[in-house]
Amino acid sequence: MAINLNITEAPTREARLGAITGYAGTLKELVARTGCGGAVKNCDRTFSQASSCSSGCAQTLLAGIVDAAIVNHAPIGCAGDTIYHNIANQYGRFYRQWGNRNIQLVNTNMEEKDTVFGGNEKLREGILEAWRRFHPKAIFVTTSCASGIIGDDIRGVISEVEEEVPVPVIQVSCEGFRSKVWASGFDAAFHAVLTGIVKPPREKRPELVNMINFRGSARAYITRLFGELGLEPRFIIPFATVEELAYVSEAAVTATVCTTLGSYFGTALEEQYGVPYVKTIPPHGFAGIEAWLRGIGAAVGKEAEVERLIASEREATEADLAELRRRFRGKRAVLGMGPSYAQSYLGVLEELGIEVLHAASWHYDPRYDYGEQPPAIVRAAARENDVTFSVGDQQLYEITNTLSRLKPDLYFSRHPGSSVWAAKLGITAVPVIDEYTAFGHCGLVNFGWRIVDALTNRNFVTKLAQRVKLPYSDWWYEQDPYAFLEKEAV
Amino acid sequence: MAGVIEQIRNVCALGALQSVIAIERAIPIIHAGPGCGQKLWSALSNGNGFQGAGYVGGHSVPCSNATEQEVVFGGEEKLRQTVENALKVMDGDLFVIMTGCTSDIVGDDVGEVARSFQAKGAPLVYVETGGFKGDNYFGHELLWDALIDQYLKAADAPKPGLVNVFSVLPFQDPYWTGTLHAIADLLQSLGLSPNVIYGPGEGIASLNKVPAAQFNLLLSPWAGLKTVERLKEKFGTPYLHCPVLPIGATESGAFLRNVGEFAGVPAEQVNAVIEREERRYYYYVERSADLLFETRFLPGHFVTVADSFYSLGLTRFLINDLGLIPEVQFITEDVPEHHRSLIDAEFAKFDEGLVSPVFYGADGGTVRDELAKRSFRERPLILGSSWDRVAARELNGYPLSVAMPVSDRLVLSRTYAGYDGALRLTEDIYSVILGSFQ
Repeated sequence: MAINLNITEAPTREARLGAITGYAGTLKELVARTGCGGAVKNCDRTFSQASSCSSGCAQTLLAGIVDAAIVNHAPIGCAGDTIYHNIANQYGRFYRQWGNRNIQLVNTNMEEKDTVFGGNEKLREGILEAWRRFHPKAIFVTTSCASGIIGDDIRGVISEVEEEVPVPVIQVSCEGFRSKVWASGFDAAFHAVLTGIVKPPREKRPELVNMINFRGSARAYITRLFGELGLEPRFIIPFATVEELAYVSEAAVTATVCTTLGSYFGTALEEQYGVPYVKTIPPHGFAGIEAWLRGIGAAVGKEAEVERLIASEREATEADLAELRRRFRGKRAVLGMGPSYAQSYLGVLEELGIEVLHAASWHYDPRYDYGEQPPAIVRAAARENDVTFSVGDQQLYEITNTLSRLKPDLYFSRHPGSSVWAAKLGITAVPVIDEYTAFGHCGLVNFGWRIVDALTNRNFVTKLAQRVKLPYSDWWYEQDPYAFLEKEAV
Repeated sequence: MAGVIEQIRNVCALGALQSVIAIERAIPIIHAGPGCGQKLWSALSNGNGFQGAGYVGGHSVPCSNATEQEVVFGGEEKLRQTVENALKVMDGDLFVIMTGCTSDIVGDDVGEVARSFQAKGAPLVYVETGGFKGDNYFGHELLWDALIDQYLKAADAPKPGLVNVFSVLPFQDPYWTGTLHAIADLLQSLGLSPNVIYGPGEGIASLNKVPAAQFNLLLSPWAGLKTVERLKEKFGTPYLHCPVLPIGATESGAFLRNVGEFAGVPAEQVNAVIEREERRYYYYVERSADLLFETRFLPGHFVTVADSFYSLGLTRFLINDLGLIPEVQFITEDVPEHHRSLIDAEFAKFDEGLVSPVFYGADGGTVRDELAKRSFRERPLILGSSWDRVAARELNGYPLSVAMPVSDRLVLSRTYAGYDGALRLTEDIYSVILGSFQ
């Protein structure tokens, strides 16, 4: 079903894609059951630990738009993650050699009386203050559990301030309780950009690539790769301007480093403006980058140039890869990441010659908005050996139990607050913090050498594990890791 | 604080979950939406000195992760399930159910759920900390109300010399661990037995001892007054309220005299301690004097952007001991109106009759607007949060991050309190200055 840009709110991933946060089984089984439009029922948990919500994902993208502002209509705690967003903002600006600047966001500081009498007035004040303080090119209003439950009239307030605020003011529906899938917040942010910012193309720009990512640390690398194809990347949406976002419709193609992040926006641009969206596996590892570059090449008619580029990149890194594979012989790993990375890194670790014992995915989309299963999981499931696979919204008690049973040499994780627990168990933990880790041929070998280093000196991890205890009872370690995951009714 | 807030410097009432985590082997159980725990931990811990998850913080905190289902149909059953299984899965000595906006707005009867577990002997209390009710200073006091009403048991007799230390908020103050221990060291130097409830120590045993104290020490401009008053009401424990966080010789000496007098420590003994500490302290201060008087890189007037603990404590030290000149002070938390006169009075007590304008409930916008109105002849010293480093750069000032959020420093055991703390602060300030050009 096509993405509907005539509505204010993007439906949640559960509603749109049948996304789940509870599953335990195997990779092949999950892929087989969700193929050809099939679905799996989400399994609830009778015990859970603090997850994350949509608003964090929405705000982390929107707070990065350099000349926009956010009005976070919420009690002050909902702005808690803005500190991390500012760290990311400062980091991204540092890499671009831009000056220091803080993100532009005000929180409306909803209080008890607002939950009784409504928070519309606070929101109005917030929008006007954001305009007065920052004079941004656009204002995004992010919602919260509190504003959602009391039913504040966001659209009404926005239409009231139209005359006083001469820039687009756009609602971003990201109430935490609406979705168990925090990535629904990415869609909420992209939906707001699509409905409030993006304009029809003035002209087509055959050299321009919309490059969907987070912080863009690999800008130089990608600019070089694309340059050899006669293409020019525009990194979105953090560190882009409102003007740049308005004309993403003019690009020749849209690519993404993370299919969980980019599939909604990419699909919508393809449907709405005919900008092809590269639907290959993500660009991690040799297979990933090669499929991805070929996808870009096919969209812009540069197939031959892409093949030449791949050959030279491969040649420069093949010897390193062979050496890494030799060093990793016999190494076993568990990985826990968001779905795009979990799926993509099954391939990455295979290329490095590291055996994956179990993969945990923070959620799972049985299909993307363009109607197909995620290509990376299909590819991973096509391998000869199956692997146990779980889906959970970062339920550390399940992961800890699993790790203590499997005792892998390595734990690869992505998401703040996940890898440290494996380290406390004495397992060499390699966090994949940067989205461009293992990106491309060079990125894969760099990542491999980082793993070599982590395995070479295990002193910190070993000594830490001897001294600290994890917060679980002995009883729990004797249970099945998924004991609190409700069984699917057959 | 009615207005909007730009650049948060504290969080909502549910942020008190970090106060629970600060008590060793105490475990919060959050009954709220899925993102609350992550956001609050990210702000108070990771974004604030990278304090880490510790034993049971971050994503390991049990949480009902409320969804539409719980909002529409009520979340009591989901909470009951979460608590029941948390008691099995998690290894802790005390569990604290803490609610968020979803539960408090839809009106879940959390008390009923908690009481059903308490009746079975579970070491558990509940506190309704919906984010809209107030900030984490308020939530921290709510937590103590719950501990006093539902958990603490009267002692047979007070233990002479035992002093409960109530002061800075765990995690909100990135330096809390070091600071509480520095205060404890000062008490110990007078022969008292400090009871530090948070951080590395005795954990729940420490909490259980609270009703047995000879007195409660509240070292805070205002936060915690409600708690020590409740403890007095319920257990008859007297309290000593010292509003100024002691940084440096002047305030540390005044603090020791104050405590000594209240605790009945002979004045000679107190003076001997002060004499000993000051001799050591001034050995180092004397060494610093060469730099302070023979450098072209002196700071100009100073600005603090911090909560009332630090804004007041730092200002006292910088004026009374370091001999600097105040420009303007921003107090970032929402100090309840009825406590402001007390803080105003403290801000009027400086040597040399110095005064400094003070803004309450200041946010990033207030700081920017007020600083823009002023002109600085020399490079100002800006003691604030990491947010304020941008303003400091614009003013060509010297920034040092001392208040939440401190995202440009790793903080482990560092403190600015007491005698040694003041030496650390002096080192840090002048290291920023000296490092600014080389």
